[in-house]
Amino acid sequence: MRAFGYARPESLEEAIGLLEEHGSEAMLLAGGTDLMLGLRGGWSKPRIVVDLKRVRELASGIEESDAGLTVSAATVMTDITEDRRMQQRFPALVEAAVVVGSVQIRNRATLAGNICNCSPAADTAPPLMVYGAVVIAAGPAGTRRIPVEEFMVGPGKTALAAAELVAAIEVPFPPEPYGAAYLRHTRRKGTDLASVTLACGVDASGTTRLAYGSMGPRPFLEIDGTGVLADPKVPDEAKAPLFETIFAKASPSPTSMRSGPEYRLAMLRVLGARALRTAIERLAEGGSK
Amino acid sequence: MSDILDITVVVNGIERNLEVAVNHTLLDVLRDQLGLTGTKECCVEGECGACTVTMNGRTINSCITLAVEADGAEIGTVEGLADHGHLSPLQQAFLDTAAPQCGFCIPGQLVSAQALLDRNPNPTLEEVQEALGGNLCRCAGYRQITDAVLAAAAGETS
Ligand SMILES: Cc1cc2nc3c(=O)[nH]c(=O)nc-3n(C[C@H](O)[C@H](O)[C@H](O)COP(=O)(O)OP(=O)(O)OC[C@H]3O[C@@H](n4cnc5c(N)ncnc54)[C@H](O)[C@@H]3O)c2cc1C
Repeated sequence: MRAFGYARPESLEEAIGLLEEHGSEAMLLAGGTDLMLGLRGGWSKPRIVVDLKRVRELASGIEESDAGLTVSAATVMTDITEDRRMQQRFPALVEAAVVVGSVQIRNRATLAGNICNCSPAADTAPPLMVYGAVVIAAGPAGTRRIPVEEFMVGPGKTALAAAELVAAIEVPFPPEPYGAAYLRHTRRKGTDLASVTLACGVDASGTTRLAYGSMGPRPFLEIDGTGVLADPKVPDEAKAPLFETIFAKASPSPTSMRSGPEYRLAMLRVLGARALRTAIERLAEGGSK
Repeated sequence: MSDILDITVVVNGIERNLEVAVNHTLLDVLRDQLGLTGTKECCVEGECGACTVTMNGRTINSCITLAVEADGAEIGTVEGLADHGHLSPLQQAFLDTAAPQCGFCIPGQLVSAQALLDRNPNPTLEEVQEALGGNLCRCAGYRQITDAVLAAAAGETS
């Protein structure tokens, strides 16, 4: 592997200081499951790698407050899938975290890294958007809150400003019972990136939130406030036009090695209908709150 | 020339103080500095699992982990499974079912399977398959491998 410097800051201030000092020549390292491939493959060429895992403010952990669960930057997928509160409150996020890579990958891959890497296929992005999750960014000017759907700008591009990093991701408790589900379509069972990712959430007031990825430069969040999608009595044919509006932004790459655009668009509709059905069922069973 | 850092790691229960290049992976250091060549280098991108080791009890791909990231950690490799030259029950089960064909993936399979049995002593077939999903076998001896893990869990080794 090409040569680079390595820094292991122990405080947030020190980490941000390193980013200010080295600018675009510094790259942050969390679990490394994306970054290490870039370092080896030569498409990431930092002069210095800044390892976040010893920063005490970012240490692995899921904190509960009245507002929700806050996932610190060093928290890996396995920590999320094993957390009882996550399983009970945010099942769709657990469904996404548990299909990321393999056991070995999930033991290293952080939730923050998944969003910061900003792949259109990032599994945790759609459920985070459906749950209204917010990125807590920390930088020289302090911290600010950025909704996940605004944070993910394009492939590999986030809304972070210079010398900013993600300190945590906050997933708010829904104010009323919520039913949500995550589905993805892959070529095979096992380790694979998805050719469609999709999460859907419904609440008792009839609002449906649907987010989907692998269908363009970034995952998209759409909200249906008509109450039609969330209504279990409305037949599928009557829901179809609403799905067409929701999926209007889908423009899958014609050159992807994973599957052709026609197939992806067809599967998007299948997953949309399925996830909506599961979300409605979960809400009817009491949902999570 | 790359920067060098002093690290301390406990490998298979033995503390080691090492000088490592910051751009060397844990896999490089295990194989080339410690001579622990049981851990294999294969895809070098976290897909195949031949380089699987445990770090603080959890399996990781050592090919995409920098050695400096292991500073202060406990590492377990396939060499740590046998007890004073006696194969572990899991290793014996692999032999009993003829799971090792060419053998190259087996160290990684063993480390992943042992980590599974440590957290779930009685796994179902599906749980074994899920736990070993990150360990590819080019000989496709998957049936023998899962049979071996289930046999070890049931205590059915020779
Ligand atoms: C074999 C394999 C299989 C995979 N399968 C999947 C899959 O099924 N689904 C999926 O979505 N992904 C998958 N991935 C991709 C990867 O595992 C995830 O995106 C993972 O969540 C990245 O997290 P990390 O902690 O490893 O990030 P890193 O590699 O450490 O970092 C990723 C990027 O984010 C930046 N970054 C990390 N943390 C922060 C922070 N706190 N603030 C600002 N920037 C930060 C880094 O600088 C880097 O650019 C796979 C990867 C591999 C190697």
